[in-house]
Amino acid sequence: MVDPDPHASARSEVLGRIRAAIGPDRPRVQIPRDYDVRREHGNVVELLARRIADYRAVVRRVAAADLPDAIGTLLARRQVRIMLGPADLPEEWRAPDVEWHLDDPPLTVEQLDRADGVLTGCAVAIAETGTIVLDAGAAQGRRALTLVPDYHLCVVRADQVVGSVPEALARLDPVRPLTFVSGPSATSDIELDRVEGVHGPRTLEVLVAS
Amino acid sequence: MAGTGVTWLGTPAFPRAARGALADTQLRRNLRKATHTIRDKRAAAVAELADWERLRRAGAAIKDSVLANLDVHLERLEAAVTARGGVVHWARDADEANAIILRLVRAAGADEVVKVKSMATAEIGLNEALAEGGVRAVETDLAELIVQLGRDRPSHILVPAIHRNRAEIREIFRREMPSASPGLTDDPRELADAARHHLRLKFLSARVAVSGANFAVADTGSVVVVESEGNGRMCLTLPETLITVMGIEKVVPTWRDLEVFLQLLPRSSTAERMNPYTSVWTGVTPGDGPRQFHLVLLDNGRTDTLADEVGRQALRCIRCSACLNSCPVYERTGGQAYGSVYPGPIGAILTPQLLGDLSHPQPASLPYASSLCGACFEVCPVRIDIPRVLVHLRSRVVDARGGRSPEAAAMAALAWIMRDPGRFEAAQRAGSLARLLARQGRISRLPWPGSRWTSARDVPAPPRESFRAWWRRNRG
Amino acid sequence: MRVALFATCLTDTLFPGTAIAATRLLERLGCRVEFPLDQTCCGQMHLNTGYREHAADLAERYAAIFAGYDAVVAPSGSCVAMVREFHQDLVASPSRNGAVRHTYELSEFLVDVLGVTDVGAYFPHRVTYHPTCHSLRAIGVGDRPLRLLSSVRGLDLVALPEAETCCGFGGTFAVKNADVSTAMLADKMRCVAETGAEVLTAGDNSCLMHIGGGLSRLRVGVRTVHLAEILASTEEEPWRAPA
Ligand code: SF4
Repeated sequence: MVDPDPHASARSEVLGRIRAAIGPDRPRVQIPRDYDVRREHGNVVELLARRIADYRAVVRRVAAADLPDAIGTLLARRQVRIMLGPADLPEEWRAPDVEWHLDDPPLTVEQLDRADGVLTGCAVAIAETGTIVLDAGAAQGRRALTLVPDYHLCVVRADQVVGSVPEALARLDPVRPLTFVSGPSATSDIELDRVEGVHGPRTLEVLVAS
Repeated sequence: MAGTGVTWLGTPAFPRAARGALADTQLRRNLRKATHTIRDKRAAAVAELADWERLRRAGAAIKDSVLANLDVHLERLEAAVTARGGVVHWARDADEANAIILRLVRAAGADEVVKVKSMATAEIGLNEALAEGGVRAVETDLAELIVQLGRDRPSHILVPAIHRNRAEIREIFRREMPSASPGLTDDPRELADAARHHLRLKFLSARVAVSGANFAVADTGSVVVVESEGNGRMCLTLPETLITVMGIEKVVPTWRDLEVFLQLLPRSSTAERMNPYTSVWTGVTPGDGPRQFHLVLLDNGRTDTLADEVGRQALRCIRCSACLNSCPVYERTGGQAYGSVYPGPIGAILTPQLLGDLSHPQPASLPYASSLCGACFEVCPVRIDIPRVLVHLRSRVVDARGGRSPEAAAMAALAWIMRDPGRFEAAQRAGSLARLLARQGRISRLPWPGSRWTSARDVPAPPRESFRAWWRRNRG
Repeated sequence: MRVALFATCLTDTLFPGTAIAATRLLERLGCRVEFPLDQTCCGQMHLNTGYREHAADLAERYAAIFAGYDAVVAPSGSCVAMVREFHQDLVASPSRNGAVRHTYELSEFLVDVLGVTDVGAYFPHRVTYHPTCHSLRAIGVGDRPLRLLSSVRGLDLVALPEAETCCGFGGTFAVKNADVSTAMLADKMRCVAETGAEVLTAGDNSCLMHIGGGLSRLRVGVRTVHLAEILASTEEEPWRAPA
């Protein structure tokens, strides 16, 4: 439904102007898709770890069985007390000695802001660009959950890792809310030089489990 | 619909505005440092992808295919956004867009909005329009915040405060930011931290956010914002109402098309493999993010631009800013000399087209603000042939003047000479009289307009004989 | 091979030494060089200043004059760029586009058509090379001029810092935006001076006139010499400064 505003004629006028501008003979454009959809990288998990580290994020590779221990070690090192998680955060990820607040019922913004960090999984990870994609699916929760806390610990399964951006997009459903995360929040606004740590989580840690 | 708001009233034509900028040595140092840093990094980021040229060609073709059927794609986008619970608005020009947004903000009962950096809202002068309507717009992007707090004008499309160095930014923060500590240093990390504290409460309590959009997918209605700091995510996620303003040319046909742009854009703009955050949302998602989503589709001179077969390629622009960073003219004058929210090479071709006015001296001076060196075309991720469009717009400027100027008379005389080799040779012989002005084979002072040349450079004395005279004597 | 020399209006008028050098060089390499006396100008200045119709007249003339040759060679990357990039749009009859396709910048012609990089030249000076924007980006001569220069006996080639940055000439840009142009020139001259070269060379007399005009004003002691003149210079007939 179009918003019934007093400017309803704007729509028809803009569309009419577009048609007049293009004219009756519309150019036929062929899109050359000869760019690389996959690039050869050998071990994509290794590449992912290197590329995430380039953003000054902490990355650890662990065997799937050691994941709970690895989570516990990282959290203990940061001395976190209150950790957040999505409602479906796997039991075995919830390290002892930490107070876990799951997003069920939904936490208030104040609760999100008071926590020391958040633990989630992800949907896809892109090795070439060191990117983690969250799609609000399993073990991820809603977007605010991974945004307000200052520390984000993210678990990536090896089978979620793809090489390139095109491979990642093919796996994602665009109508889900998506967040592509490449390193901690950063800015290039001072002298066009990158510094990490602005409004989003200032610390990103990633565990890649295989 | 001709665009409004695109230029700042009262800015002089480019040559005069540039003179002021050139005299500011601090500005030139800041710009040189920033542009040179990013140039080298961009080159390295691009060199990593062996298929870069193929990606550029694909990017250009996708955009061309959008423009060829823009009406169809916009209608599909509108239908998809609406089906997912969003509301789509159409705005013919800046005033109409501003009125729509103000009405929506009021309906949400807010007197303050948080904003993600957006060229479209800068173009329409949204902040000023909201202020007139009693609504405060809080810029949350670091560079926009620096510009807003410094009561300054933007000078770059990606980093609007590129003309400020760290020491100047510290001064602005100390002066204008109540929460900034007096001991604040000019370490960029500390400055970023100060911005974090300054804006934190605003983010957590804002009820309405305004954003731009980098892309919108016609197929699915998904909207994309590419950013770095997380201020975008804050605005797109926490408030109850989200209003997104996008130029009508930002639509892409399919989700898959983004696989091209999400590779082209970050490497071209901040020279990263990927920017820290990219958000994609479609309409309203229950339980996650805003409960109301409005998408304002903005014309403001774009349909006029579309009507120019050569000039329309400017609408492919994905606002990466690589052309600014690589431009030797921009590097020396900065962005404010262009008198528009769109400075640099892209501004020189986009501003006059959006305004649709090539007779006014200020926009008419912009297509001439280039030595046509081609560095912009070389880096443009969507292959906009900026030099070609500049040359094309220059002829539109001349046409708009209607052939009545001293320059037009001189050009006509010169063309008359060049159309006939006899006249040309006579002119060569007459010109060699200028040898009388020369000392040691050089002429150091010519009368106007030649004085514009000899103010900084000598002219070689004309030779005793031209080449054709030599040829006739030796080979003829 | 019937080769026509397109001297360009600027070189014909102000820098005859460059066109003479190009003639001698091409003849030395076995070409039969012709100089159609009807030629004047490619129309670049008109087009780039916004006078498209005048430019179209000149482009038509160019096409008619040069249509019958195997190759047209010009000692200017900029004029060749004008011909190859814009004449097609300006010339009404497509049958006349032969001249467009067969127009070469001098270094392109030497390396690609004649297949030589060592042209037997001798030039015992320290030289730095500025790749002019149009030769570099519009027609893409690449490293051809450098390959030609490296084979010149006695020549000491030194790299120019920030070589690919525009010198600030830009045709009427140099007078319409004289201040910006001069600022760009100043940086270019600083880079040239840093090399310690005696000679700055390039494939375009327009840019050389601009940079040379600045260097002469500052009395830096660096000469500008067109690439053709260096390549034409031999031990028997060494390069001489214009009278
Ligand atoms: S014109 Fe090209 S290079 Fe310049 S901002 Fe737009 S996309 Fe980037």
